[in-house]
Amino acid sequence: MEPQTVFETLKGKFGDAATELQSEGFRPAFVVVSPEKLPEIALFLRDDPAMKFDSLMCLSGVDYKDRFAVAYHLYSMTHRHAVGLKVFLPRENPSVASVDGVWPAANFMERETFDLYGIDFPGSKDLRRILLPDDWDGHPLRKDYKYPDFYHGIKV
Amino acid sequence: MTRPAEALPTQEMLINMGPQHPSTHGVLRVLLRTDGEVVVNARPDVGYLHRALEKIGERVTYAQFMPFTDRLDYLASMNCNCAYAWAVEKLAGIEVPERAEYIRVIVSELNRISSHLIAFGSFTADMGAFTPFLYSIRERERVNDLFEDLCGNRLTYNFARIGGVSADLPPGFLEKTKEFLDYFEPKIDEYNKLISYNKIFVHRLAKVAVITAEDAIAYGLTGPNLRGSGVRFDLRRDEPYSVYPKLDFDVCVGSGERGALGDCFDRYMVRINEMRESVKILRQAIAQIPEGPVAAKVPRVFKPPVGEAYFRSECPRGETGFYLISDGTGNPSRLKIRTGSFVTMNIFEKVTVGLMIADIVAVIGSFDIILPEIDR
Amino acid sequence: MESFALSLVKAVPALSGVPMWTVTLTAMVLTAAILLVFALTFGGLGSYVLRKVAGDIQVRIGPNRVGPYGLLQFLADGAKLILKEDIIPAKADRFLFILAPYLVFVGSFAAFVVLPFGVGLIASDLNIGVYYVMAVTSLVVVGILMAGWASNNKWALLGGMRAAAQIISYEIPVGMAIMPAVLIAGSLSLQDIVRSQGGLLGVFGWNLFHNPFTFFSFILYFTAAQAETNQTPFDLPEAESELVSGYNVEYSGIRYAFFFLAEFGDMFVVAALATACFLGGWHVPFFHAEALPAFWGNLLSLGAFLFKAFALVLVMMWVRWTLPRLRVDQLMRMSWKYLVPLTFVNLLGVSLWLLLFKGKGIPQMIASLVG
Repeated sequence: MEPQTVFETLKGKFGDAATELQSEGFRPAFVVVSPEKLPEIALFLRDDPAMKFDSLMCLSGVDYKDRFAVAYHLYSMTHRHAVGLKVFLPRENPSVASVDGVWPAANFMERETFDLYGIDFPGSKDLRRILLPDDWDGHPLRKDYKYPDFYHGIKV
Repeated sequence: MTRPAEALPTQEMLINMGPQHPSTHGVLRVLLRTDGEVVVNARPDVGYLHRALEKIGERVTYAQFMPFTDRLDYLASMNCNCAYAWAVEKLAGIEVPERAEYIRVIVSELNRISSHLIAFGSFTADMGAFTPFLYSIRERERVNDLFEDLCGNRLTYNFARIGGVSADLPPGFLEKTKEFLDYFEPKIDEYNKLISYNKIFVHRLAKVAVITAEDAIAYGLTGPNLRGSGVRFDLRRDEPYSVYPKLDFDVCVGSGERGALGDCFDRYMVRINEMRESVKILRQAIAQIPEGPVAAKVPRVFKPPVGEAYFRSECPRGETGFYLISDGTGNPSRLKIRTGSFVTMNIFEKVTVGLMIADIVAVIGSFDIILPEIDR
Repeated sequence: MESFALSLVKAVPALSGVPMWTVTLTAMVLTAAILLVFALTFGGLGSYVLRKVAGDIQVRIGPNRVGPYGLLQFLADGAKLILKEDIIPAKADRFLFILAPYLVFVGSFAAFVVLPFGVGLIASDLNIGVYYVMAVTSLVVVGILMAGWASNNKWALLGGMRAAAQIISYEIPVGMAIMPAVLIAGSLSLQDIVRSQGGLLGVFGWNLFHNPFTFFSFILYFTAAQAETNQTPFDLPEAESELVSGYNVEYSGIRYAFFFLAEFGDMFVVAALATACFLGGWHVPFFHAEALPAFWGNLLSLGAFLFKAFALVLVMMWVRWTLPRLRVDQLMRMSWKYLVPLTFVNLLGVSLWLLLFKGKGIPQMIASLVG
């Protein structure tokens, strides 16, 4: 199934929630959806018999300088096709619902995105910092991150 | 008289299987809550080896990042190098000459053998049989000698380049590899006779941490862990890249031969059988390798076009995926590394409920995780 | 000991003026010193042999730097351990922490008293020999539990608990597997058991070949005893890859050396018991060691005994480097569900055999047939 078809099906089912299809220069192509509808879209993508995207390949946060995004790469083991899903988030209080109820593989990856970007995933069963110490200040992968001088009195 | 067991007040123990531990394959911390010897909850705590590779990726150029991929999974360094190279080539649309692709496949499969040897050796050492570890190190020394011949290094090779590989095979390399394959193939049967089907070993692993196929897919398991649960999915066969379409090999799946399908023993046997398949692939690649250049012409100041690409390849520990975003400059705008071990840790907490402490060690060993991959 | 003291006085006329109790006391101390030196030397050289055997099995060389062929390695190790800093964890129970290694060592060393080294070479031929060994080696459990508890370390505690459970569970199969030898000899004294295996042509007098049940009980004894001494495949209490050395994780220096020596001492005691009860003890094949003059008879029988005991120790080391480790519940299951019933059935079998065939074994029956 081509990403174009996925985009059209989503548009047909969810209307304006599926905003655009990024295909030029994007391998795989991304279907951009609005963050509010993400949980339902995710469930639909997983359960619909024609799509059956049962495997989440990768979940990553991205910092485009004017806004954040969370990119999901989905794959279907049954139909052997792949598609990308993206939500754009504002720089202040970025937050999108967690999909770890749909794909349990998302848990650690969401924790990593929260840790390194500060994107909140309400509904996640366990959202804590994972790679950095629990009391670290700031979110390092943001483009405007300032390296701290000291951590607990140790010069970094 | 005796009281029923429920009436006896017991307390859970919180044991720290600390970052320094002989069996956690790196600096992994597991917080164990146990009721005696039975584990109630085992929570992994990772991040002790976080080196901010993704942030570094945004500051260096595409070519400069290659040595960092060595340190991503140092036991399968060639695989990670090649995965990154393929990802950048997908992003920029570079065509790699065929000889370079064959060389990449040869070194990737050799590294897969040596990585699985370490997995096998350290796993049996964790189970208490110290001897197979030294046998596998002996085999691995020969692979290290081959790689030293090739690129001068024994562990972190930095061999692949964007557009090809850094150097051609030295004279005699293919013959020496063939000698190694002839020497190594009967060793796998020797290992099976020695330890794989040993009754004690099987009893330690059978029916421990059974993962069903649905769980494996949903929790994102990849590589031998996924195939151990019976899912016949191998990126080299199902999303073929490089010259794998021209090579003929079987995909090894767990079969529940001792105990249940998807237990630790299945994952272990998948790795043993994969070594055999790698030998097959290597023989074909050595026979088929053509002459030609070993690197494509890539501009010195390499600026891929604006776009995003995701590429994943089959590394010994799962799939290593690179999500690259280019904004037209020489440095990547986003370089996300998705590693097999990191996503495998998702299922750790779920699968260890009700196991004994000795089984935790078996589970960690059967997942074959490595901490640099988890923490990056 | 009394007879030894008397023989000493007879041999050295100058001692006749000394009161008897002094001579006896000196004899006791001397014997204890000799046994201690033997135990320590065995511990040291045993560790060297262990590492060399490990090297052979693991396709590597083993120690070869210190001294010719690495023979002085154990001295270097001993010196290192003695010179190490004595660390006692801050919150550890000091008294128990310090006491534990001694208890473990005493539990293993005290069994040396009744081991029959030669025709007349036994420190004290107690008439409850086997019983005494069983009793005294149980001191080791107390010591290990103490070590695990006093270390104030959860891993040590786990190791100590596992060790206690394991050693206590395997005491029963060990005791029941030794019983056939006692039944055949009709006495608990180890010298009597050894003497009862003599007489016939060389090896066929051994209890091993007496009847199929004793052969089986040798195997059962050896397996269960390997669990008693915390050797792989039963080395759960000190599983290096799980419990990071279990109950002795907080011990360093000479205290650790005690645990280590106690383990080797235990190995030797087990091998010596197996030799004495099943492999004919100090009997030399085709020789009648008791008929030779005292010096040669003792020397020859000592040599035979040590040879057999060391061969068994080598087999234990061999098994140690070959097999993986059993999990604790599998260990318990093996003891209670398999070894205990098997040894009981075995004991029954031996008793019935002795009743039916009036104490004669298969070799004796063949000999009497042949004439």
